[in-house]
Amino acid sequence: MTIATEKNKVQLKSIGFSDRAYGRSVEENKIKIVVEDFNFFYGKTHALKNINMKIRSNAVVGIIGPSGCGKSTFLRCFNRMNDTINNIRYQGDISVDGNNIFDKDLDVVDLRRNVGMVFQKSNPFPKSIFENVAYGLKINGINDKDFIQERVEKSLKDAALWSEIKDRLNESAFSLSGGQQQRLCIARALAVEPEILLLDEPASALDPIATGKIEELIHELKKKYTIVIVTHNMQQAARVSDYTAFFMLGELVEYDFTNKIFTNPLKKITEDYVTGRFG
Amino acid sequence: MKKKSVSQAIGFGLLRFCIIVVLMILVVILYDIFSKGKEAVSWEFLSAMPRNGMTEGGILPAIVGTFLVTVITAILAIPLGMGCAIYLNEYASHGKITRLIRMSIRNLSGVPSIVYGLFGVVLFVQLMKLDTSILASGLTLGLMTLPWTITASEEALKGVPRAYREGSLALGATKWQAIRTNVLPYAIPGMLTGAILGLARAAGETAPILFTGAAFSLPFLPKSLSDQFMALPYHLYIMATQHHAIEKVRPIAYGTALVLIALIFCMNFFAVVLRYKLRKVKVE
Repeated sequence: MTIATEKNKVQLKSIGFSDRAYGRSVEENKIKIVVEDFNFFYGKTHALKNINMKIRSNAVVGIIGPSGCGKSTFLRCFNRMNDTINNIRYQGDISVDGNNIFDKDLDVVDLRRNVGMVFQKSNPFPKSIFENVAYGLKINGINDKDFIQERVEKSLKDAALWSEIKDRLNESAFSLSGGQQQRLCIARALAVEPEILLLDEPASALDPIATGKIEELIHELKKKYTIVIVTHNMQQAARVSDYTAFFMLGELVEYDFTNKIFTNPLKKITEDYVTGRFG
Repeated sequence: MKKKSVSQAIGFGLLRFCIIVVLMILVVILYDIFSKGKEAVSWEFLSAMPRNGMTEGGILPAIVGTFLVTVITAILAIPLGMGCAIYLNEYASHGKITRLIRMSIRNLSGVPSIVYGLFGVVLFVQLMKLDTSILASGLTLGLMTLPWTITASEEALKGVPRAYREGSLALGATKWQAIRTNVLPYAIPGMLTGAILGLARAAGETAPILFTGAAFSLPFLPKSLSDQFMALPYHLYIMATQHHAIEKVRPIAYGTALVLIALIFCMNFFAVVLRYKLRKVKVE
């Protein structure tokens, strides 16, 4: 990973990064996720090629790239969601807090509780709003009603949804608007208190206002969580992420501070992509 | 008129003709049975034993027999079918063997019912020594219904969006938790509907019970599951073809047909209502 230079610092400030955010992501915080020589195969298709990447705690990492470049596949590796697909193969390591997530002794259920995920298409369960958020707690064996009540409220507040829906917690989750449904899914992921949040194009189906709310939310959430977000929307990556990774044809082409990727990338191909000259 | 709209009118006309033909067949059959059977059906017909060499009296033992056999069929076919479907759809790896198993199950549903009947004689009546009985017949019908319940249940499971499973797993659910709390509740209406339709079909079968327990005439109610029994479809078969005074008992045959059809209609109606109710619960 590229170490920040003086020039970078200046640039970061110039696009509105606070000193605190900047300082935290570079110096104070430890490395949360390490990806080492990572390869991924769907059958014979080599979908991810030799990825190396480090992600710091409380950073927002945006993953961009053309369709089919493997960015969603990569995201789904962090919580091993790809395990549900047949005929896949991993090679290399991904570790979270120093623990290899492919370790045989690791319980994938624990991993997934620790690494929350919000899907591209909001997927509220056909239950009430309350039950949706409480679901993760219940399956993890929490039965204390007061605790669940409290945690549901807190999660909905953290997902900036509480004020809109606090009087209709028992209504079906399907009665919410698209943007609210997606924030509900975020609240549901937050309820089990993960440390890492994976967002797979969380705003791709939303209108600009709902998208704006999700982006604001991401700014808030990074105080507590490490966030990896896949996005098709270049402006969104520029707005929400501290670091940006550019993927193409299964390779990690460039990974750097967001502002560097968007203003002064090392590689021509990255520049072409972020300036919209192809793709 | 333009050429395009003429061809559209012809197309729609043909399709409408298809549906009218099918409906006509149904209406004619129902009308025939209802008009000829309604004379025979009375409270006595439903609640009395057959008398005088089945030329008089009612068909109560046949109603009870069909009911009991269907219960046994349900007990075998519904849980086993659902279990197989859950395993096949959720747990089995998607390899060649699974495909082969699935194909075999589909093929089983095409096996003629008389073959199930013969198989039931060998397995249940002789090998398991259940003798010709309600139990042996119910189990035979259960086997025959299994491929239907498995296939219907699997379709119901496939209808549950992948996102429910993944959403659940992503929150730290085990596979079984995800299935139990976030797949089955939404698949069960479809599973039960399929199962009831399968049962309705089984209730009207004659061939599988012919050798495994159905009796020509038993003017009393079965005392246990190891007794022989009368059944509506078999009774109908006898009244229509085997009786010594076929002309005389024709009204009884039509009455029996009407009762059987009413029973199957009730089961199908129940399946529809059940699906509707459960679906409402799920959305709320």
